[in-house]
Formats: sequence, C-alpha cells, structure tokens
Amino acid sequence: MSEHVSSLILYIAIWIALLAGTLLTVLVAGIDLGPFNAVVALTIATIKATLVVLFFMHVKYTHERLTKVVIVSALFWLAILLALSMADYGTRLWS
Amino acid sequence: MHSSPLATANQPAHENPALLHHFATEEQQKNAASLGMWVFLATEIMFFGGMFCAYLIYRYWYFGDFGAGSQSLSVPLGGTNTAVLICSSLTVALAVRAAQLGKPTTIVVCLILTMLLGLVFLGIKGIEYHDKFVEHHVPGASFNFPGHIPGHPDVPINQQHAQIFFSLYFIMTGLHALHMIVGVGLFAVITYYAMRKRYGPHYYTPVEMAGLYWHFVDIIWIYLFPLLYLIDRHK
Repeated sequence: MSEHVSSLILYIAIWIALLAGTLLTVLVAGIDLGPFNAVVALTIATIKATLVVLFFMHVKYTHERLTKVVIVSALFWLAILLALSMADYGTRLWS
Repeated sequence: MHSSPLATANQPAHENPALLHHFATEEQQKNAASLGMWVFLATEIMFFGGMFCAYLIYRYWYFGDFGAGSQSLSVPLGGTNTAVLICSSLTVALAVRAAQLGKPTTIVVCLILTMLLGLVFLGIKGIEYHDKFVEHHVPGASFNFPGHIPGHPDVPINQQHAQIFFSLYFIMTGLHALHMIVGVGLFAVITYYAMRKRYGPHYYTPVEMAGLYWHFVDIIWIYLFPLLYLIDRHK
C-alpha cells in the first residue's frame, strides 16, 4: 500500500504543540483582553484542532478528495447553523 | 501484489484475506471505510453543533451568570483532562503508525495506553461531577449557587440563568464522556484482535477508523475546555 507513514519526530512535535497550546489557553484566560479573551481562546482551539485533523487524522496526506469535500461541507453547515441562529437570537436585545 | 502474513494454506499467498469480495482492491475497500467514517464524523459535528449553538446563544444573553458558573469549575482538573486526552490522541496516532510499520506488539501497547488514558479522563470527570453534586450545582430542586456576577459585586447570580449554564455543562461534557466510553469499548475490541495479530501494513483499517473517531472526540474537548472552564477568568 502507498500509505504515508509520518515520522515519530513529527508526531512528538505535534503532541508538544498541542500541550503548549493548552497551557497558553489557560495563561491567556488570566489576562484581561475584554471581548478578545474569547477570540484568542477560540483561535488557539482552532489551531489545535487543525493540527489534529491534518497530522493525527492524516488529512494532509490523503489523496481522496471526497474526504476533504466532506470536512469542508460539515464546517460549512455548522457555520450556517451558528451564523443564522445568532443573526436571530443575537439581535433580539437590540431594540 | 504482496504476500499477506495472514495467508493460510488453503488461500493463495497473493490474496489478502481481509479484502472483501465486493471490493476490487484493498485501496478501494479502505477508501470506502474512510469516507463512511468521515461522513459519520460530519453528522457528529452537526450533533455537537446544535449544543454549541445553544451554548453560544445563552452565553451571549446571560454572560455574567455563565462567567460565575464557569469560575466554579476546576481549571487544574479540566486542564489536566485536556492534557490526558492530547496524550491519548498521540498514543492512537502511534498505534496506527505501528500498524503501518508492522509492529504488532507496539500496536497493543499503544492501544492499552490509550484506553488507560481514556479511563483516567473519565475518572477525573467523575471527581468533577461528584464535586458539583456535593456543592448543589446540579440543576434541579436542590440547586443552590449563591454569589455575585464576576466583576459586579452588587449583582447577585440569577439562579435560572446559572442553571442553564450547568445544564449545558452536564449535557455537553456528559455526551462527550459517553463518546469516550464508546471509544474505550471500540479499542477494547480492537486490542483483542491486535493481540491475535490481525493488523499489519496490509490491513489496519479498524485501528485507523477508531483512531479518527478518538481524534474527533479529542477535538470536541479542545473546544469544550476553553468554552466551559475559562469564561471571564481574569475577573
């Protein structure tokens, strides 16, 4: 089989990056950034999730385009769910 | 074609016994399993997405009460659990790698480590739940969450709004924990077959698919931890 085998060093590096991201999230939560506390926390979480998807779940090395279509579609539907819901509930208190 | 280590006397040496008759090649069979798993994970994103959406709406409406609820959770325990899950994701990735390289003993060791880390996560989660029950922070008749909103010493916590936070906390972490229990069960079965040396470079689809599931559950927790534990911590 022509499967890509990642090196042990890469896995360890991703693992350390994920642990560092967790520590960073906890440290940043103690600093007052106003509304940007949530932005920073979600940005770090998204970077961590992307690392897991690309390297631990091997999406970076897959030749199967359907896999990528499924992932992008799922995130797109999630974006519709969150964006349209907040367009309603998020603006009800504006009057 | 390659020769399979699993081939027995009455099977031709060039045929992989794991290849089902309705697939033309091993690669096609693996791609079909992989696509099916990713579609399942897409439905899981929508499943958890509904709860994240409810969380987002109520956090926006009742931010102060959510902050107070969040600060009653233990960051050391939640942070430790995040680290435990990340370590278990590494051991799963290493189990898949061991299968690709044809090291059956390493597969078993990595999978057992994964299950142990999963059980450590569930144990810590159990301690956290126990604390919440003792403190009367579980929504219901005996719910009692005195105090004020972080940063506003004169504004008391709204008990109804705080119960919404704890309802979301228990539902989201509870369903996540349920996924962990299912994952540990999957790995128990796969470890059994790995001990019987079923998996190697030519066939390790179950290890990889269960791994995808485990990584997905890890990603859910990567979002749950900051969203539930770290609201307004600086106040």
